[in-house]
Amino acid sequence: MLVAVSSLTILGAVLGVLLGFASRRFHVEGNPVVAEVETMMPGSNCGQCGFPGCAGAAAAIVGGEAPATCCPPGGKALAQSLAAKLGLEIDLSAVADAGPQLAVVTEDICIGCCRCIKACPTDAILGGAKQIHAVLREACTGCGNCVDRCPTEAIGLKPVPITLQHWVWPNPARA
Amino acid sequence: MGFFDKIFRHLGRSEPWGVHPDERKRPASETPICRLPVPPLLYLPLSQHVGAAAEPVVRIGQKVLKGECLATATGNISAPVHAPTSGEIVAIGPITAPHPSGLEMTAITLRSDMEDRWAPLEGLADPLACAPGELARRVAEAGIVGLGGATFPASVKLGLGHRSRIRTLILNGSECEPYLSCDDRLMRERAAGIVRGAVLMRHATGAREVRIGIEDNKPEAIAAMRAAADGHADVHVCVVPARYPMGSDRQLIIELTGIEVPAESRAADVGVLVHNVGTAFAIHQAIDLGRPLVSRVMTLNGEALAQPGNYEVPIGTLVEDLLAFAGGVRFEPARLVMGGPMMGLVLPSAKVPVVKGCSGILALSAAEVARDEPDACIRCGSCTRACPVGLLPLEMNARVANGALDAAVALGLHDCIGCGCCAWVCPARIPLVQAFNHAKGELATRDRDRKRTDATRRMAEARTERLEREAREKAEAAARRAAERKAQKAREAAASAASNSEGAPA
Repeated sequence: MLVAVSSLTILGAVLGVLLGFASRRFHVEGNPVVAEVETMMPGSNCGQCGFPGCAGAAAAIVGGEAPATCCPPGGKALAQSLAAKLGLEIDLSAVADAGPQLAVVTEDICIGCCRCIKACPTDAILGGAKQIHAVLREACTGCGNCVDRCPTEAIGLKPVPITLQHWVWPNPARA
Repeated sequence: MGFFDKIFRHLGRSEPWGVHPDERKRPASETPICRLPVPPLLYLPLSQHVGAAAEPVVRIGQKVLKGECLATATGNISAPVHAPTSGEIVAIGPITAPHPSGLEMTAITLRSDMEDRWAPLEGLADPLACAPGELARRVAEAGIVGLGGATFPASVKLGLGHRSRIRTLILNGSECEPYLSCDDRLMRERAAGIVRGAVLMRHATGAREVRIGIEDNKPEAIAAMRAAADGHADVHVCVVPARYPMGSDRQLIIELTGIEVPAESRAADVGVLVHNVGTAFAIHQAIDLGRPLVSRVMTLNGEALAQPGNYEVPIGTLVEDLLAFAGGVRFEPARLVMGGPMMGLVLPSAKVPVVKGCSGILALSAAEVARDEPDACIRCGSCTRACPVGLLPLEMNARVANGALDAAVALGLHDCIGCGCCAWVCPARIPLVQAFNHAKGELATRDRDRKRTDATRRMAEARTERLEREAREKAEAAARRAAERKAQKAREAAASAASNSEGAPA
C-alpha cells in the first residue's frame, strides 16, 4: 500500500516537473508584439496600406517591411504610438501632408446604386436603391474604398475642412 | 516657530510670480460708460460660449423684439442667444469669426428697425425666496456666460454650487490686463447692481461668504464697491496687489483664500467659485429685471483710436461700426486685438462682430506691437520666476520645439494657463507662450485622432457582426424554406397517393 502510494506520488511529481520543463523549453513563440500592434490599429481592414487587412499590416510593421506611418485612417496619433511601442524613428511630415480626408457624394450624378455602401468598412454611407446616398462625416475614415466602386464617379475624397474647433495655433519655431 | 525657521523662511522666499506691464489704462478708464446707439446690422454668432453651439429658433424674415430668444441652448453646456434690438432676421449663415484664424462661423444676421422695442420682461419679485435651482434656470435662460473672457455658461457654474459645497464665492474685479478698464468703470458706476448680483449668486450657490477682489490700482472702484457692500455682513471687498495675472482664477483664489487649486481639478473642488463682476451685474439684470444678456461694457483703447473710452455695446455690433462711433481711428491700426494685449486674440479684420466674451477692442499702433526677432535662450530663468503656476517655460519650450510633446506634458504643459508672462519677460524675445498654445492644440488634435481610431474600430466590429448576423439569418431562412418545400412535397405526395388509392377501386 505504502509502496504504491509513494511510487505513484514520486512518478507524478517527476512527470509534472518534466511536463512543466517541456512546456517552457519547447514553447512555440507566436509573435505577441504583432497581436498587440493589431489591437492598436483601427481594425476597419480598409486596405489602404496595401496589406491584407489590419492584421497583415501589423505583421508588416513589426517585421520592418512597412513604415509605422502606413495607416492613413490611424493618422499621426497611431504613427506616434506605434513608433513609441516599437522604438522606431518616424518622419511625421509625410503623414501631415496627406491630411485626413472625407468621402463626399456629388448629389447631381449619384444614381443610387448602393455599391459604395457595400464597400464601406465602417457603414458610413447611407442610402437606398435609387436614392441619393450620403456620407456620415463622423463615421467616415477616408479610406477611399468606395471611390472605385462608383459607376458614375459621384463619390470622391476631399480634405476634411478645418473648423474653429479643430484649428491649432501655428508653431512659432517653424514660422 | 523657531528663530532659524524664520530666517530660512525669509531666505527661501522667492520673488512673487507675475509681471508688471505698463498699465496704459488711462485715459480710457477716466471716461464714463457711454451707450452705443444700435447699428443697422447685427451679427450674432451661435457659438459665443464654451460648449455646444446654440440652435436657431427663428426663420429668415421673422420680426423679433429686443430680448427675444433667437437660438436656444443645446446640451448641458451651452447658452442661448437673444436679440440685442428689435428688427428683422435677414440671414442665418457663415460669417468671418472674431478669431485669429479668420475661419467662418454660423451667425444670425438681424436688421434693426431702429425702434429698439423690448419684448415684455418679467423679473422675479422676491428672488431670495426662490429655490436656488430656479435662479440658475433663469440665468441659463438669459444666456449669461463668463464675461471676463472665459465665456463658460454662468448657470452651469451656479449649478455646481450645491453639488460640491461652495464655501466662498469670489467676484473677480482685479482686471489685471493692461489697457482694459471696463470692469473698473462698471464697479465705479454700477456698484449696487454688482453687489446685488453677488447676493443673488450667493443664494444660488449656497456659499457662506462673498469676497470681491479688486487690484490696488483702482481706488475709486474700491471705494464705490465698499460703499455698495456696506450693510451686507457677508460681502467683503478685498484689495489685492496690482500684478499680472492677478485676474486668473487660480491666482486670485490663492491671494484671497490661501487655497491652491490642485492640478487637473477645478475651483469648485476646493469649495470656491469665481465669477467676473460683469457676470454678477448681468445676473442682477436677468433675475431682478428679466433682461437677457444683449449688451456688455467694453473698453476701446490703443494709440490708433481718436477717443479711447468705455462703451456699452449691443452684442453683435461690427468692430468697424464700433470704431466709427468712437470717433474712428487716427491712422490705420497696425493690429486689432479683441480682449487684452496679453491674452487677447488678434482680429483678422474689422468686419467681425463683438461677442459676449469680448472685454475690449484695441487698435494698436506699429510702435505698440513692435517685436524684435527672437534670439537664443540664455537660460537666465526670468520666465521661471515670472510663471504664476511655477512651471519651467524654457525647458518646456525646448521640448515643444523638438516635437517632444509628451516630455513637455511631463513638465506640466497642461497646467500652463497661457497668461504670457514668460514671453513678456524673456530678454531673448522667445515666443514661449505661443509655442505652448501650439502644443496644446496639437495635443488636443492627437487626442481627437485617438478617439476617432477607437470609434473606427468599434464601427468596423459592428459591421462585421452585422454581416455575420445577416449571413446567419439568410442561411436560417433558406433552411426554413427548404424544410417547408420538403414538407409541401411530402404533403403533395401523400395527397396524390391518397387520390391514387381512391381512384384505384373505381
